[in-house]
Amino acid sequence: MRQLCKGNVAVVKGAILAGCQAYYGYPITPASEIAESAALYMPQVGATFLQAESEVASINMVYGAAAAGLRVMTASSGPGVSLMQEGISYLAGAELPCVIVDVVRGGPGLGNIAPEQSDYFAMVKGGGHGNYHNIVLAPASVQEMADFTGLAFELADRYRNPVVVLTDGFVGQMMEPVDLEFREATVPDKPWAVRGTSETRPNLLTSIYLEPDELEMRERKLEEKYRLVREREPRHELYQTEDAEILLVGFGIVSRLLRSAVETARRDGLKLGLFRPVTLWPFPSEALKQAASRVDRVLVVELSNGQMVEDVRLALDGDVPVEFYGRVGGNVPSVEEVLEHVVGGLTPKETA
Amino acid sequence: MPEEISVTAQTSEFELTHAKSAVFYGLYERKADLKHRTHYCPGCGHGVVHKLIAEAIEDMKLQDNTILVSPVGCSVFAYYYFDVGNVQVAHGRAPAAATGIKRACPDKIVISYQGDGDLAAIGTAEIIHAANRGEKFTVIFVNNAIYGMTGGQMAPTTLVGQKTTTSPWGRRPVNEGFPLHMCELLSTLEAPVYVERVALSDNKNIMKARRAIRKALEIQRSGLGFSFVEILSPCPTIWGMEPVDARRWVAEKLIPAFPLKAFRDAKPVLPPDTPPPIRPVPEVLEIAGESTHVARKSAHQFQEMKIKIAGFGGQGVLLLGQILAEMGMREGLEVSWLPSYGPEMRSGSAHCHVCLSEQRIGSPLISQPDVLIAMNEISLRKFAPSVSPSGLILYNSNTLPADFEAPPAHIACVPASQIADMLGSAKVANMVLLGALLEATGSMSPETAKRVIADKVKRVELLEMNEKALETGAQYVDKEAWAEAQPDGFPY
Ligand SMILES: Cc1ncc(C[n+]2csc(CCOP(=O)(O)OP(=O)(O)O)c2C)c(N)n1
Ligand code: SF4
Repeated sequence: MRQLCKGNVAVVKGAILAGCQAYYGYPITPASEIAESAALYMPQVGATFLQAESEVASINMVYGAAAAGLRVMTASSGPGVSLMQEGISYLAGAELPCVIVDVVRGGPGLGNIAPEQSDYFAMVKGGGHGNYHNIVLAPASVQEMADFTGLAFELADRYRNPVVVLTDGFVGQMMEPVDLEFREATVPDKPWAVRGTSETRPNLLTSIYLEPDELEMRERKLEEKYRLVREREPRHELYQTEDAEILLVGFGIVSRLLRSAVETARRDGLKLGLFRPVTLWPFPSEALKQAASRVDRVLVVELSNGQMVEDVRLALDGDVPVEFYGRVGGNVPSVEEVLEHVVGGLTPKETA
Repeated sequence: MPEEISVTAQTSEFELTHAKSAVFYGLYERKADLKHRTHYCPGCGHGVVHKLIAEAIEDMKLQDNTILVSPVGCSVFAYYYFDVGNVQVAHGRAPAAATGIKRACPDKIVISYQGDGDLAAIGTAEIIHAANRGEKFTVIFVNNAIYGMTGGQMAPTTLVGQKTTTSPWGRRPVNEGFPLHMCELLSTLEAPVYVERVALSDNKNIMKARRAIRKALEIQRSGLGFSFVEILSPCPTIWGMEPVDARRWVAEKLIPAFPLKAFRDAKPVLPPDTPPPIRPVPEVLEIAGESTHVARKSAHQFQEMKIKIAGFGGQGVLLLGQILAEMGMREGLEVSWLPSYGPEMRSGSAHCHVCLSEQRIGSPLISQPDVLIAMNEISLRKFAPSVSPSGLILYNSNTLPADFEAPPAHIACVPASQIADMLGSAKVANMVLLGALLEATGSMSPETAKRVIADKVKRVELLEMNEKALETGAQYVDKEAWAEAQPDGFPY
C-alpha cells in the first residue's frame, strides 16, 4: 500500500522488510526518528531494539549481534558516527555484515542539525583506522530510504562488510509516498557465525593477526573482496545526458535539486545533464567517465566544501574541466543559484 | 604484553598439578609457535582463571553452548585455548558486544572476559550499563592492578603509591585519583544478581574463585540475570616478582585494598512486565490496509503546486502540510513534505514545504512558493516577498499589517485563529485555512480532506469541529477574504 512516510521511518520499515532482526542505537537529531520507529516497530515483529548508552556501545552491540549472524543495524549522525568509527573498522576487519545509517548534519564539532553532506570523507574514505572500505549507498528519496536500506542488508551479507546508507537531514526528515510490499525476507545462511552450537563451536571472529605475513595475507584477502565490489556494485543514475554540454554531478538530495536545474535550464535551451552517483563507494567512475566524455565541463554540487568532487576529479583524470559549487551549514542552493553558476561560469573563489 | 615477553621453559604450578580440561584445544593451532603451551607468563593469573573457566564449562557440559568474548589485553588470545565459539572484540567493549550476542542467542552461555584496563577504564560505561540492564551474561574480571599487554602502565585499579610506567612516582590520588572498586560500584545497582570478588592468592582462595565462577555460570544457565566475578590476579612479569612472591603480594597488598566478598547474591525485584504485542509485519508497518487512492476531480488542474506553510509552533503548521501531502497522494499526485526541524521549532516558529505535482518531484525545497499560508505576521513578512507573482497568500488575520508592502501575489486575509476560537478550539485554525485554500484554489477535493482528517482524528467531537472549520474557512474565503478585488481567471 502506498503510504506517506518520513524518510527516517522508511529506513526502519525497509529494514524490517529486509529481515532486520536487531537495532542498537543512540538518539541524535536529525536521525532520532530511526531509533524511535525501531523502538516502536522492532519489538512488535519479534526483533530486538535497545537504546545503548552511547554510539560506542551501539556499534559494538551491532558487532556482537552480527557475530551471532543476525541482520542488525544502527543509525546516527555526525558526532555519533565519529564515535562509531573504531567499531566500524573492527566490523570490517572481522568481516561482519551490518547496516549503518548516517543522517548527515552540519559542521565539524557540534555544528548544527541542519543537512550537510560533509560526512562523505568519513564514511566513503574510511574514517576509522586501517585498510578497509564501507560500501556506501546514497538515497535521494523516502522510497529509496526504504529500498536502499533493504539493499544494504543484502550487500552487507553478500560481502560480509559494513554497508553505510549515507543520507542527510532533508531526506531523513521529509515525507513522501512510499510503496512497500511484504515478502518473506530471505536471510542467507551464515556458517561462519558464532551461535553457541556444536556446528559453530570451531568458529572464531577476530581482527587481530600479530604476524606481519599473516596480517598482510588477511588484508590482501580483504582487498580482493573490495576489488570484486568495485567491479560489480557501482550504481548511478543518468538524466538527460545524451546530448548534454554541461554535466551536473550530485548525490542524494542534491541530485534532486540538480534534476530540477536540468529541467529549468533545458526550457531555456541550455543543454544540461545530470549524473547521480548512487553508490559512493564503489564510486561509479567508469559510468561517469562515459557520461562526461562528450561534455564541455562538469559542475559538482555538494552540501560540503568539496569532498565527492575529489572522486569526480580522480575518475575524469583531467579529461574535462571540473568545477565545484557547495553550500554548507544547512544552506541548500536553490535551483536558480545552481543555474547562475552554470550560466555565469564560476568565479575563482567558488571553484575548489 | 605477550608479544614482548620471552617465554621461558618454566611452567606454571597449575599446569603441572591439573590435567588439562577438554574445553581447551589439544594443541593450540591458532598460535604461531609453541603450540603446546599458552602465551601467558609463568605464574600469570590469566592461566589459572582460564583453567577454572574451562573446567567449569566442562563439568557443567556447556562446551557446545558457550560463546567466549575476549577483550583487548593479555587475554586477547583467549581463543587460542578455549574450544568454544569465540568472538574477539574492541578494547573495553566486551559488555556491549556480549549484549548483542546474548540477545541474539538468549539460551546460550556468553562470557565476557576482561582485564582491569579494559573493564574499569576504557570500558567503564559499557560494564556499568550492561550490569544496570541486567544483561544475562557472565563477566569474568581479571584485576591485576596494571596494564599487562601494553607493558605496565597504570590501571584504574593500581594501588595508591604503586609505581607503574605511567605513575613513576607511585599513584598519587591528588593526580590520578583513588583505585576504582568495581564490585562495590556495581553492587549499588539494582539489576545484578551476583557480584563477588575473589583472589588467586592461595589454594584456598583459588577454590573460592572456582566456586564463584561456577555459581556465576549457573546463574546464567538458569537465566537469572547479570553475574560478575572479579578476580584479584597476579602479574609477576610486570610487577617484577617471582610467581610465588606475586601471589603473596595479592594476599598482602591487593586483598586489603579490595576486600573479598559476595557483594550481591540475590535476585532483583522486577516490576511486572508487559511485553509489546507481536503482530504480523504488514500490519505493524501499515502496509496491509486498503488503498486510500481516490479519483481526482478537482476544478483546477495543475502541473505542479508548491505550498509553503509557516507560523508558530503549536499552530498545526506541520500537520497542515502533512494533510495536504496526504491528500495529494490519495488523489494520485506526486507529493513531498519537508519540515523545518530542530532548534527553530523550539524557538517557536515552524514552517514546511509541500510540493504537489503530476511529475516526479525534483527539489522538495521551495524557493518560490505558489501558495503561502502565513499563520502569523512574522511568517508573512519573512516569506511573502518570495511568493510567485501569480501566486496566492493566505494570511491568518482580518487585515494586512498597516506598513506591509504587498507583493504582486493575490492575498486573502482569513482570521482563522478567531474563527477557530469561535468554533471552540484554537487548534483548528489550520483547518480553517485548509478549507480556505481548497476553496480559493480548487486544487484538491474537500472530500479528500475530510477523509484524511477522519483517519487522523478519532474523537467524534473533534472530528466534527475540524469539518466545521474546513467549511467555515471555505465560506469565509468566498465572501470576505480578499485584500483586493477577487481577480478573474485566478490561477490557483
Ligand atoms: C582503543 C584502544 N586504546 C588503547 C589500546 C592499547 N591497549 C591494549 S591492551 C591495553 C590495556 C590492557 O590492560 P588490562 O585490561 O588491565 O589487561 P591485562 O593486559 O592487564 O590483562 C591497552 C591500553 C587499544 N588496543 N585500543
Ligand atoms: S603475567 Fe602479566 S604480562 Fe604476563 S601474561 Fe600475565 S597479565 Fe600479561
